[in-house]
Order: sequence, then C-alpha cells, then structure tokens
Amino acid sequence: MAQQSSLDTWERIRNNPKFQAFVKKRNNYSILMAILGAIAYYGFILLVAYNKEFLSQKVAAGAVMSIGIPIGVGVILFTIILTWIYVSRANTEFDAESAAIVKEATK
Amino acid sequence: MSISNKHIFGGLALLALAGTAIAAGADLGTTQQQATNWTAITMFGIFVAATMWITKWAAAKTKTAADFYTAGGGITGFQNGLAIAGDYMSAASFLGISGLVFANGFDGLIFSIGWLVGWPVITFLMAERLRNLGKFTFADVASYRFAQTPLRSFAAVGTLVVVAFYMIAQMVGAGQLIKILFGLDYMVAEILVGVIMMMYVLFGGMTATTWVQIIKACMLLAGATFMAGAVLFQFGFSPEALFAKAVEVHSKKDAIMGPGALIKDPISAISVGMALMFGTAGLPHILMRFFTVPNAKEARKSVAWATTWIGYFYILTFIIGFGAIVNLIADPVTFYVDGDIAKGLKGGGNMAAVHLANAVGGNLFLGFISAVAFATILAVVAGLTLSGASAVSHDLYASVWRHGNVDSATELRVSKIATVCLGIVAVALGIAFEKENVAYMVMLAFTIACSGNFPVLFMSVLWKDCTTKGAVVGGSVGLILAVVLTIGSASVWEAVLKYPKGSAWFPYNSAALFSMLAAFLTIYIVSKLDNSAQAQKERALFPDQLIRSETGVGASSASAH
Repeated sequence: MAQQSSLDTWERIRNNPKFQAFVKKRNNYSILMAILGAIAYYGFILLVAYNKEFLSQKVAAGAVMSIGIPIGVGVILFTIILTWIYVSRANTEFDAESAAIVKEATK
Repeated sequence: MSISNKHIFGGLALLALAGTAIAAGADLGTTQQQATNWTAITMFGIFVAATMWITKWAAAKTKTAADFYTAGGGITGFQNGLAIAGDYMSAASFLGISGLVFANGFDGLIFSIGWLVGWPVITFLMAERLRNLGKFTFADVASYRFAQTPLRSFAAVGTLVVVAFYMIAQMVGAGQLIKILFGLDYMVAEILVGVIMMMYVLFGGMTATTWVQIIKACMLLAGATFMAGAVLFQFGFSPEALFAKAVEVHSKKDAIMGPGALIKDPISAISVGMALMFGTAGLPHILMRFFTVPNAKEARKSVAWATTWIGYFYILTFIIGFGAIVNLIADPVTFYVDGDIAKGLKGGGNMAAVHLANAVGGNLFLGFISAVAFATILAVVAGLTLSGASAVSHDLYASVWRHGNVDSATELRVSKIATVCLGIVAVALGIAFEKENVAYMVMLAFTIACSGNFPVLFMSVLWKDCTTKGAVVGGSVGLILAVVLTIGSASVWEAVLKYPKGSAWFPYNSAALFSMLAAFLTIYIVSKLDNSAQAQKERALFPDQLIRSETGVGASSASAH
C-alpha cells in the first residue's frame, strides 16, 4: 500500500462499480452454496434425530440395505460435488472478472 | 497376538481422538498392551527413515522465517489438499470410526458426515480471503486493519489453547496406540513422538511437516483402498451382499442398518454439528496450510481436494467397518479375547480395522496398517507444534513484543526455540495426562476454535463495522464460555470431575451453539458501541481490506525472497 502508484490502483478499484457488483455477485453465490451444504447436513441430522424409521426402511422390498445408507453416502458425495462446482466457477469466471477489474485499474 | 496381564485404561482416549461428542455414549472398549509386533515396528522404522530423508532435503530449503512458516509458498493446491486431508485422517478417524461402524453399523456414517461438512464453509467463505490477506498465521488475517497488540495477543492465546487441548488428546492417544499396535510401553510413545516430530519441525519446518503429512495420507488412502477393495471383492462388489451377510452375523441384526442411539437430543446434535462445521474454520493448524500455496486459486483447489479425499476416505472406513463385521465375527478364535465374542475384540473395539488388515492381507499388511496408524499421530502433532510455534514467534514475539522490528533470522531462531519448548511441553502433558480422562478434549478444541477464533476471523474479514475492541472482547467471551460450559457438561462434570450422575448443570453435549452465538453477538454489540478514533480509523480501512481479500491485489506473495 506504500507506493503512490498502487494507492491510485486501490482508489480506482474502490470507485469502480464493476468491483462492487463483482463482490456482491460472488458473495451471493458463496452464501447460496453454503446454505445448500448446510441444508443437506442439518437436514440429515434432523432426520436422524426425528425420523429414524424413515432412514431405517429398506431401499426395496426384500432388500437388506436401508434407505439411510444411500442418503448418507449421498450427503458425502453432494458435499464433494458442491465444493468442486464452486471452485471451478471461482477459479475460471470469478478470477477472470477480478483480474479484469485489477487490470483496468492498473493500466 | 497374546494379551499381557497389564490392563490399561484407554478406550476413551481413542474415542476422544475421534471427537467424542456425537458418540459420547458409545463404548469402544479398553486397550490392552499386546505382544511386541516387530513387523509393525520395522515398517514404522522405514517410515521414519524415509521422512527423515525428506526432512534433510527440506532443511536445505528452510532458510528464512517464510520458509519455516509456509514452505516458501511453494506447495500446490493438490499437495496441500492431501496434507489437509492428512490432518483429518487421524488415527482416530480411521480406527475410531471403523470401530464405531463395527459396533453399531449405520451410526458410524453419521459420525463421518459430521466431520466432513465443515469443508464447504471453508471453501465458500474463507479459503481465498485467508490466502489474500494472510502471510504466516491466521492472526495476520484477523488483525489486518486492527490494533496489532490486543488482536494478536488474543489470536495467539486462541491458537495456543486449541493446540494444547488437541495436543494432549493426540499424545495420550499415541501412548494408548503404541501399546495395542506395537506392544510397546506408553512412555516409549511419548518420547518417540516428541523427538521425531521435533526433528521434522525444527529442521524441515513447514516443508517437512507438509510432506510427512502427504506421505502419510497417501499410505493411509492406499491401505484403506486395498482393504475396502478386498472386502467388496469377497462379495462380488455387491454392497447389498455385504450388508446382508453383516446383518446375518451381527448381534444387533437389522438394527445396524439404521440410526441407533448416537443422537439423543436435536439441540446437542446441532450444537455438535456447528462445532465441527465452524470449528474447522478456526483450527490454527488447518488455517496455516492456506498460506503455503502461492495464490487464492490454489487455496480453493486445496479445499476441493481435501474434501474429496476426506469424503472418499470416510466411505472407505464405512466399508471397512462392515468388512470387519463379516470377517472378524467369522473367526472369533483369532480375533476375540479367549475366542469369546462376548469378551470383545483383542486390544479393544478400536482394533476392528487393524484385525481386518490381518484377515485380508496377512501379517505383513497388518504391520503396514499398524505403522501407518501410528504415523498419523506423528504427522498431526508436528502440524500442531508448528502452528503453536508460529503463534509464539510471529504473533507474540515479532509483532506484539518487538512491534515488527525484527529480522527474519532472529524470528526463525525464536520459532525454533518455541518448537523445542512446545515439544517438551507436549511430552510432559502426554505423561501427565496418561491416567486422565481426555475424551472431551478434541471436542473442546473444536468448540473453542468455533467460538473464539472463527467469529473474530469471520467478522474482521467480512463485516465493515467490526473494531478491535469488538473482536477481542467478543472472541474472549466465546473462548471463556466454550471452556466454562464444556466443564459444566456431563462429559467433564461427571466423567472427569466425578460429580454424581445427573448433576451436570449444562444439559447438552456441546457448548458450541451457545458460545459461538454469544461471541458473534458480543462482537456486534461492542463494535457498534465503539466510536473511538481508533474504531473510525479501522472502519475506514475496510474498503482497502475488501479489495485485497477479494482480488488479491497487494497479497503477500508467500515466498519472501
């Protein structure tokens, strides 16, 4: 933050409406993803707490596997997939936008 | 394996490592010292030799304080993801969770899910901001626009308290494990872990600490993959056939297919969930790993890879637990005390995965798995020590004591002195707590991390009106409340302090829900009431902090040379 040139850069980024819009867009996306993750997790926990019978029922008549097992494994897979979806969008689209804003301010 | 007469307290220690709260009621049995297992000891010796060779290589690269703290920022996202996963795939999650599945079936899966869900929060809210604002420790991030002395002092205390509780659980766990895995004495484990991890950290800094963790993670993933594969192979890769056989032989029959007694009241369940979810984002030895990658892109990738490997690993432990049910119950003479299923597994309930290793891979593979299980503790303790040492040298010494007027060489020397001191303290604590009940300690570490460290970090980065006073007061309230309420819960009040059953005055398993909310509320109120000149200045700095945290402009390049 010390040099004059970089001070100007920060000033320009701060005043760029694109920056504000970018921060807002990415934050909304992060929060949406965090809420999806929390719903999957707390939904599962509340199911365990309040409706054990539902999780204990069989996947099909005559089967041994309960419906809780694919749901539980599903929560794990959902968590992994959600993380990758966020990371791939952030690492391409968001990073490109952020780089463009910085470039605009430094030129 | 024969059983020596020495009967030792211990099952609870491992349970502790696995993070008790959800499983507080589950009895995983006690551990007893086994006959000396030379195959396992030899395998462990090879692991130590290989990691020492890496430490020598790392030592040549560890010249500055930046190298020591962050491996010079030269770790890739994929490598860092494996290292973070390694921090999570502890002896406890491997032995404890597979043991829980072996005993209760489905409940083990609930446990695994509880541990995994913290990761998305880190990715979506914290990872890149940590990387963009931080340099060596999470205090760098939290104190970015605040008064350095109070905030760093708070962060250092938060770090050291979390590290201490986590460390005690690990050191006691190491002592218990060495008895059942190698058939060696408790004291041997304390000295071995203390000396070896000190060498990793002292000479190899973050580079060695990271690579030890990566190697361990790969070995554990490979071993667990082989075991789960062997189990599925027995059943023609049909999970349904595996479950059918398990239900047939298990004493609890069909009950192992559904949730049992693991979750009793929803408030406790949610509170534990919050401790695990947000505590993960406040554990200093995890947070410091985000400063070892070169940029925000790699920081995000680290979490994605970490989540992937941890999730994969938990699915494997679930299969391994069921594999143990079908393989071990079929051969009680080999795996049970006196060949009697009613007397429990040889070495205790946490040995299910280790016995399964013997069943599917023979004695050599048993040695391999035992060595890996013990190596996990070594790697985690090294990471804890490094993060504690960074808090002492970078936050307390360089920033608070010397106000930043210190050269890299001096700071490096101080961090090495701190490493030695912490190593000695770790061994001393491990010995002091041998006979104590430490079951609550990992959960307490998570609760403090989510009530003290996380709210301060979160509010300082994301809330523009946050001030030094608000952060320090709120964080302290969270930290103290986390400790006090945990003491009042049954797992400490009754199980450790020996007050009569039912006298615990805090009715839930975890304090997190209450202590974390109290911390956030206090930060909010105190910050809002703070209208000092300092507060105005701090609020005025927020826009610049926002630019750096969102775009990485001006971010520390991690490699300082």
